[in-house]
Amino acid sequence: MKHTLSVLVENKPGVLARVAGLFARRGFNINSLAVGITEDPDVSRMTITVDAEEHPIEQVTKQLHKLINVIKITDLDPERTVARELALIKVKSDTKSRAEVMQLAEIFRAQILDVSRKTITIEITGTYEKLDAFEQLLQPHGVVEIVRTGRIAIERGEK
Amino acid sequence: MKGSEAIIESLKAAGVEVVFGLPGGMVIPLYDALYDSDLKHFLVRHEQGAAHMADGYARATGKVGVCIATSGPGATNLVTGIANAYMDSTPMVAITGQARSDLIGTDAFQEADITGITEPIVKHSYLIKNPKDIPRIFKEAFYIASTGRPGPVLIDIPADMQLADIDYKPAGKINLPGYKPTLKGHKKQIISAAKAIAAAEKPVFYAGGGIITAGAEKELLAIAKLMKIPVTTTLMGLGCFPEDNDLSLGMLGMHGTGYANYAVTHSDLLIGVGARFDDRVTGKLATFARHAKKIHIDMDPAEISKNVAIDIPIVGDAKDVLAGILAELKKMKREPKKTAAWTDQVIAWKKKHPLHYKDEKGSIMPQYVIEEINRITKSEAILCTDVGQHQMWSALFYKHIKPRHWVSSGGLGTMGFGFPAAIGAKVGCPDKTVIDVAGDGSFQMNIQELATAVCYNIPVVVCILNNGFLGMVRQWQELFWNKRYSETVIACQPDFAAVAEAYGALGITIDNKKDVGDAIRTAIKSKRPAVLDFRVKQEENVFPMVPAGKSIDEMIGGHKT
Ligand SMILES: Cc1ncc(C[n+]2csc(CCOP(=O)(O)OP(=O)(O)O)c2C)c(N)n1
Repeated sequence: MKHTLSVLVENKPGVLARVAGLFARRGFNINSLAVGITEDPDVSRMTITVDAEEHPIEQVTKQLHKLINVIKITDLDPERTVARELALIKVKSDTKSRAEVMQLAEIFRAQILDVSRKTITIEITGTYEKLDAFEQLLQPHGVVEIVRTGRIAIERGEK
Repeated sequence: MKGSEAIIESLKAAGVEVVFGLPGGMVIPLYDALYDSDLKHFLVRHEQGAAHMADGYARATGKVGVCIATSGPGATNLVTGIANAYMDSTPMVAITGQARSDLIGTDAFQEADITGITEPIVKHSYLIKNPKDIPRIFKEAFYIASTGRPGPVLIDIPADMQLADIDYKPAGKINLPGYKPTLKGHKKQIISAAKAIAAAEKPVFYAGGGIITAGAEKELLAIAKLMKIPVTTTLMGLGCFPEDNDLSLGMLGMHGTGYANYAVTHSDLLIGVGARFDDRVTGKLATFARHAKKIHIDMDPAEISKNVAIDIPIVGDAKDVLAGILAELKKMKREPKKTAAWTDQVIAWKKKHPLHYKDEKGSIMPQYVIEEINRITKSEAILCTDVGQHQMWSALFYKHIKPRHWVSSGGLGTMGFGFPAAIGAKVGCPDKTVIDVAGDGSFQMNIQELATAVCYNIPVVVCILNNGFLGMVRQWQELFWNKRYSETVIACQPDFAAVAEAYGALGITIDNKKDVGDAIRTAIKSKRPAVLDFRVKQEENVFPMVPAGKSIDEMIGGHKT
């Protein structure tokens, strides 16, 4: 089972290393980790997706909580969460296939960022699944490079 | 004032009286400030010794132990000691010097990323980047080290921070939004625990070091007596329940007593308090206390259900929680006879499977040396140990009756811990007899601290159970590896008594059983650091023993037949 943890941490040096180190040494699997500042400049938010197959998610969160700089952890309920990921994809495309690639991008509401003689670079945001599906469709054209941000997520509603 | 003076002020504000350390270029300013202060500093011969001394001091006194090292190699020499304190939850503050802040990251002379290196083995750490932060950081460090589940905190201080001029203001209120240890147990859970205890017919307490940290011995004893519940302790918990009490089962686990392991296996309620279901205790997890409902009381929520599923979890301070349970039990109508059959059974097991060893004519049996130490000190000494067979014999054959009188490396199992820890314990408790039981292998890992003990006249008595082997490893090789003694024979052995004398300590070699008691008495009376080299039977084993991966009631050896 994949879990998305939303972790508020003090915005202090070394915090990211501590969190990442904890996952590594406890043998927890991180799928993705995205960090950014929040509305409070003293606080950062990490969105961490973990595979909780071997270690119960409870153990992961309890161990995380022991880090002094970790303020709050929420295990986001997928039903009540909006999650996004951003990818930049550079795909091979010459004059012949350009129209097809651009059409795919349009269907997925992706943006064309750059076009060269042999490639097109596309920006896409969406759920993990949407990005995967898009990537699959581009594969036959020859994907040159992909950069993904990892998931960021926020709870729905007023909270 | 200078940053270095602010450090001294901060240490004094934290109530620190003694520190253990060794200077170097990157802590000269701090040592310069120390020179004029009334803090007592003990100069060690190796920084690992300083960390273990701080650790031993903390365990024996309950205060925070403090050690100091310079940057780079000084700091890395502390690492084993910090890891040791982390595994056994000892409150400790380690102060390291660091290269000037403008040089950090350039591979400067004696630069090591000590906060990075120790990240997995500290409760928290700081790298000071602004000298104004010194008072706050020190206050937080001592608070974090000594509250909740205690542990080591490292403060890394670049040399320029120690030299900077600051406008010293004592630290204000602590503000750590992410650190709020739970002290009070959940009321409902306390009531469920009390009900489960009242309903149980075969309850057992499984008590760990957390009882000692919390100072919850009285509460434990009161519940055990009120409800007639037998108590077994972990290695770290030795002394939290008096072993001269009928209800005491001694230690459980891999080298636990037969009766403790049987009692846990057959119990219908296991009450774990301040213990962490360590693999050396549980053996094969699937069969550990398999018939028992389980209560777990611990300060650290992450320990609950980490290894074993728990029915009634209670996060909180052991003293507070046990007091709550006791109050509930007193309110209830009890049937005191309920556990009578069980306690009879347990006492019968104690009689049938007592700890046992075969006394061999012409040999000094290691267990006998421990029994003699116990008789001579009337079970009142602070007993420190290194790691190996001698440690287990000390755990088993000494009667542990008081908390903070047992100083031994549990979680990390650090050879070389015992002797410096004993020095630290004696510094903290000068009026108590402090004995270090060592192995001939272990003692040589920090033998140089003899100089420290002699220099400050810290009269600890080292009792080496000299078997000429890395004994515990040899025991495994004997039992499970076909007696192939690969590199466990310590072929080149110094004359330990002569080494002790060379350092200026008292040294005695003992070859005869009849001289054992006299040597111990002489050493204690001498009021000097002393090394007693007991030439014990070489291939003696620690029994009972649960082979790795087996259930704890599947013990081998050690039974009187
Ligand atoms: C620093 C360190 N290195 C290695 C070990 C592995 N080890 C555990 S017990 C032991 C043998 C200890 O021998 P000794 O100190 O002579 O004690 P004995 O078992 O003979 O009583 C060894 C090598 C350890 N625990 N710590």
